[in-house]
Amino acid sequence: MYSIDLTTFWAAIIGFAVMAYVVMDGFDLGIGILFPSFAVGDERDQAMNSIAPVWDGNETWLVMGGGGLLAAFPLAYAIILPATYPLMIAMLLGLVFRGVAFEFRWRDPGHRPLWDISFWLGSLVAAFAQGVTLGAILQGIHVVNDAYAGGWLDWLSPFSILTGVAVVIGYALLGATWLIWKTEGTSQRHARRAAFWLGAGTLLALGAVSAMTPFLDYDYWRRWFAMPGVLLTAQVPLLVLICAVTFFWSLKREFERLPFLMALALFLLSFIGLGISIYPYAVPRAVTIWDAAAPVESQLFMLVGACVIIPLILAYTGWAYWVFRGKVGTAGYH
Amino acid sequence: MLDNLDAVILARAQFAFTVSFHFIFPSFSIGLASYLMVLEALWLKTGQGVYANLFRYWLKIFAVVFGMGVVSGVVLSYQFGTNWSVFSTRAGPIIGPLMAYEVMTAFFLEAGFLGVMLFGMSKVGKGLHFFATCMVALGTLISATWIIAVNSWMQTPAGFAINAKDQFVPAGSWIPIIFTASFPYRLVHTVIAAYLTTAFVVGGVGAWHLLRDRTNFGARKMFSMAMWMAVIVTPIQILAGDAHGLNTLEHQPAKVLAMEGHYEPSPDGASLILFGFPSNAAAQVHYKLEVPRLGSLILKHDPDAPLPGLSDFPRDQWPPVPIVFWSFRIMVGLGFAMLAVGFWSLLARFRGRLYDWAWLHRACVALGPAGFVAVIAGWVTTEVGRQPFTVYGLLRTAESHSPLAAPAVAASLVAFVLVYFAAFGAGTYYLLRLMAKPPAPGEKEPPKVPQRAAGITPARSVGVPLTAAE
Repeated sequence: MYSIDLTTFWAAIIGFAVMAYVVMDGFDLGIGILFPSFAVGDERDQAMNSIAPVWDGNETWLVMGGGGLLAAFPLAYAIILPATYPLMIAMLLGLVFRGVAFEFRWRDPGHRPLWDISFWLGSLVAAFAQGVTLGAILQGIHVVNDAYAGGWLDWLSPFSILTGVAVVIGYALLGATWLIWKTEGTSQRHARRAAFWLGAGTLLALGAVSAMTPFLDYDYWRRWFAMPGVLLTAQVPLLVLICAVTFFWSLKREFERLPFLMALALFLLSFIGLGISIYPYAVPRAVTIWDAAAPVESQLFMLVGACVIIPLILAYTGWAYWVFRGKVGTAGYH
Repeated sequence: MLDNLDAVILARAQFAFTVSFHFIFPSFSIGLASYLMVLEALWLKTGQGVYANLFRYWLKIFAVVFGMGVVSGVVLSYQFGTNWSVFSTRAGPIIGPLMAYEVMTAFFLEAGFLGVMLFGMSKVGKGLHFFATCMVALGTLISATWIIAVNSWMQTPAGFAINAKDQFVPAGSWIPIIFTASFPYRLVHTVIAAYLTTAFVVGGVGAWHLLRDRTNFGARKMFSMAMWMAVIVTPIQILAGDAHGLNTLEHQPAKVLAMEGHYEPSPDGASLILFGFPSNAAAQVHYKLEVPRLGSLILKHDPDAPLPGLSDFPRDQWPPVPIVFWSFRIMVGLGFAMLAVGFWSLLARFRGRLYDWAWLHRACVALGPAGFVAVIAGWVTTEVGRQPFTVYGLLRTAESHSPLAAPAVAASLVAFVLVYFAAFGAGTYYLLRLMAKPPAPGEKEPPKVPQRAAGITPARSVGVPLTAAE
């Protein structure tokens, strides 16, 4: 029983890392996705400067998610990554273009348009690839003898394209609401306008993905709609509704922080929804977290570190955000 | 064309390409982070503006290098799964936790404090800023420690058992897994290599500017600091390399025999082959130039000590000798070139010609990139020398890869090559342009008077740009 608890706990830690990545790099990538819509000059510089000191830490949660998966659930890592091979490569290359743009765009004003495109396209490709990967995992992966047994384009389906689009819109919403918080004047007005449409788009996409998921497999259907579980699962759409109303109300009343917090809440609820659909599978309907788990010795060794170090990480990450609190200017150290 | 290339070869090429490209950046940023820490400490201690200016000069370069290191490193953390899924499944319970600790103790530390280090000078006090610089430098060293522990376990595996799923799992304590036989040697050799790489880049940049303006105070300072590193650390590195070689002979003899080009055993003492053309097919080194007995003297510290040959090992356990043989010679040759320049600089210093001996400066400019070449050659030696295994002696490379079709891997390899050359090529160009700017021209050496303990320092604040052109 002990090892079962430990494995569940590790699933929670990995889930936390993935969630931390999605919301933190989500607003970074969202700003990248929206980048061409910002005016060249101060507006773009402000948007970039609002995330320049923190993007690297945010992206580290992706390494934590991947590395943690390898460490705690090596089998899941070894099945999901080959199954989504082209998506992973596209995401990594997108992140290369996105990441280098932070420094490169300041190095030569003549090259700046090029790196702005690199920032936008890199963010877009990375976000889309992450979204499609989510769809690919949800719709199921062909596993034989604990290894991926499908082709290299199995992930491609209307459903996975839909999840890809949904994640792109959702990230853009996070980016826009982050900018409402961190900027003022024209930039803020622009971000608020974008946030309204992106909020509507996110809810639409969320609705579409939620409506399609139960039809992917009877198991998903049963989890969401069978009695008595439905009494619990029904709370999720209810809370989504409350958050959505609060979001639009806070936009209209020109609150600066609440729209971002509501966008975060929407992501958190979607994540809980995914948890309801997927748990306790590491690879849906093929490999459970216990099948995929690393031995107790491995999980226990990391647990000692994780319990001490992750709170420490959260503390100094919080401090770094605190140092750069307030509205962002146009001047970097460049 | 693809008929001749199987998915394993392509996956190996892709990993070799991405890991080699990646390691260029950390081998510089590990050393540079420590150098920045030293510069900032000297600035805080002495109040001399030259240290603040040098700190700011190298900080911009660090930002570009670190950014490229991060994005090329994320690729690696996923390639274990995308391309080496069998290796990940089987070795994951051992190497996974070590890499997870690298993320938790190093990557977050670097990333968390990097923002404050780069952008926070005007937001936090000097002391707190220095603390952030120290944390970034510490993070790079912690990161090196964990990833070297992973690599050393793959080279000299210990402390494991095999479970029912055929996975490598911890046999009990994690101590023997982390502190494997080759770990201390490899760690010391790698970290010193990073410091030397940085020293020669800094020395090369200083020398370049001294060739243009030998009075530039910042250039003199950085050149002098770099040359102290060269003369003190290069001999230590050569000794560390020798010790590492002896350790490898003990635990991975076939690798050392490939490095030395010894196909046949030498019962009466081995020669040292200086040059030649090894051929695995013919199992001999063609046109070899050798010094009798020197090989045994170096490897066994006894000229008559017998040495085995590759023919003592099964043919299917031979690494590709020509690659290992040549990459090893490139590394060692550059090491001795660095040693020579180090002593040359010492001579110049004693003669009072450190800042105006143009040939010394030209030699340093030529050796500016030498550290990178030596580091990559060293890694090629140890990684190709580990072949044909991923976990030495236990798991073959040919059994470690993902169930992927060759065209998928070929396409991704082409994409990586194109993207890396475009993105990191541009980055290298920007780095060279940053380095081509002289550090703080017009800056004068401070008069030799005691510093006031709490006076106004001649330095401008680090956060303020030096000139409008910057």
